[in-house]
Amino acid sequence: MALKIISSQCTSCSACEAECPNVAISEKGGTFVIDPKKCTECLGHFDSPQCAAVCPVDDTCVIDNAFPRYQLPA
Amino acid sequence: MHRSAQQEGTKAETVIDIEEVMQQVAEHKGCGTQGGSGKASCGSAAGQGDLPTEIWEKVKNHPCYSEEAHHHYARMHVAVAPACNIQCNYCNRKYDCANESRPGVVSEKLTPEQAAKKVLAVASTIPQMTVLGIAGPGDPLANPAKTFKTFELISQTAPDIKLCLSTNGLALPDHVDEIARYNVDHVTITINMVDPEIGAKIYPWIFWNHKRYTGVEAAKILTDRQLQGLEMLTERGILCKINSVMIPGINDRHLVEVNRAVKSRGAFLHNIMPLISAPEHGTVFGLTGQRGPSAQELKALQDSCEGEMNMMRHCRQCRADAVGLLGEDRSAEFTTDKIMEMEVNYDLDTRKAYQAKVEEERIAKVAAKQEELSALAGERSDIRLLVAVATKGSGLINEHFGHAKEFQIYELSTGGAKFVGHRRVDLYCQGGYGEEDSLETIIRAINDCHAVFVAKIGGCPKNDLIAAGIEPVDQFAHEFIEKSAIAWFKTYLDKVNGGEIEHLARGDAEIRQGALIA
Ligand code: SF4
Ligand code: SF4
Ligand code: SF4
Repeated sequence: MALKIISSQCTSCSACEAECPNVAISEKGGTFVIDPKKCTECLGHFDSPQCAAVCPVDDTCVIDNAFPRYQLPA
Repeated sequence: MHRSAQQEGTKAETVIDIEEVMQQVAEHKGCGTQGGSGKASCGSAAGQGDLPTEIWEKVKNHPCYSEEAHHHYARMHVAVAPACNIQCNYCNRKYDCANESRPGVVSEKLTPEQAAKKVLAVASTIPQMTVLGIAGPGDPLANPAKTFKTFELISQTAPDIKLCLSTNGLALPDHVDEIARYNVDHVTITINMVDPEIGAKIYPWIFWNHKRYTGVEAAKILTDRQLQGLEMLTERGILCKINSVMIPGINDRHLVEVNRAVKSRGAFLHNIMPLISAPEHGTVFGLTGQRGPSAQELKALQDSCEGEMNMMRHCRQCRADAVGLLGEDRSAEFTTDKIMEMEVNYDLDTRKAYQAKVEEERIAKVAAKQEELSALAGERSDIRLLVAVATKGSGLINEHFGHAKEFQIYELSTGGAKFVGHRRVDLYCQGGYGEEDSLETIIRAINDCHAVFVAKIGGCPKNDLIAAGIEPVDQFAHEFIEKSAIAWFKTYLDKVNGGEIEHLARGDAEIRQGALIA
């Protein structure tokens, strides 16, 4: 139910942090990480995941398959 | 938002005043010596000329805006805003923003609190420090909270420091009021195109209104927002400089149109910078082998825009966290660790006294030039040529050939000496490479010059320069640049007229690629 950041590709530019509607992103140990408990894949807020749309490095903010996809509460 | 060409014409009146007079400030022509105007506008203000006082007050101590001031005053940049909202093909975001600084260099990222402390520490140590800029890496307006917090902290403790900001313009219209509130008096907008078709070749995407846009659609939004932001700023009386990156084959011809578009919207200075692109920077242009312009191509474009508006030719594309006079970087003295330990004592009076002294120096320099110019009166010749000057600042020929990190380039004609740019060179004396190689690099960088003025020069490089057709001139050591250049030019003309030497045109020169580290 979340996206994750491939930390080896993250430039620590912090752009995603400010865009996340759920304050799910924070800096940890020099790169940025997504808290999977807070991330909603931007569903209900925006058309596409904001972190992925603003990130300067392609394929760095990606779906985390370790979790089932997020469902909007009915 | 996007004005058509016809509408542009009507707005042009708003810039007239600044237009003519800014030349004096922007390009060292302290005294209306440019043919045509014929005004002896050299008052005691050394360079104000006919400039409206409020604008002169804003630019006179600003090294980035006034070639005159950049010899005497210092600026610093702090990197507090790493996020960006667009992607440029000449940028690799692992490094600094290529718009305002050099690619391939990483600046230390600071919190607004650290940045404010750093500014105070530097200003107390370097009294010439009059300007604080927030530029890349990233876009200051994509990080509005950090950017404005920094401005707020500094304006509270050091109200005499001028604030400026560089942006790609995408978010600009949203922040114009805030920019005005913090008394930011200069904004630099990087505008590389006004045609979205061309923009699509420079910007792969933008992030705007919570969406990623690509291609022509992205470039259309960007250009509309940039021009709208520019208009909003100039309406509020905030000075706007436009930076453009010259990318041969993509926007080189088009920049003349950009120049017209920004002039008609009230921009007061246009700075066309060469694309710096090398494969090792990992930028899109670096990888596709997109080349940068040669020195002659750059100067030709700047010349063709000059009739339109003031061109800025002394930009050194300094790094975002640079500290010091332009062309000099003292940032190593002010790392975060050192600053946090420093006791900072901000003394406004000492700073004022120092700056008054600098003002005297400037006046002396302008007077010296004026005197020499009268010697040229009556000379008639079509000869126009370039000379290179090794200088550490203060308008003097005061640098050893072997220590020069850059050369300033002056164009000489019977109209006088005009600053037209600078060339970065590798440190010739520093070793590491073979000395021969670095001397070759220097010769390539100033290959379009007839002479090079230095404070001192060794025997070997002297001979090699002569062999390359560049005359080494050291008899004006520690004298004023313009005065000396004019004196030399007069002798040169006499020799040509007397048949002693033949005037030959010189070839093109190279623009050094890669980051200037010091
Ligand atoms: S997908 Fe949306 S909610 Fe999840 S981390 Fe990214 S910006 Fe935040
Ligand atoms: S936007 Fe991308 S590169 Fe920047 S901090 Fe977030 S994940 Fe890292
Ligand atoms: S605006 Fe600056 S930081 Fe952003 S992509 Fe362009 S060059 Fe890079």
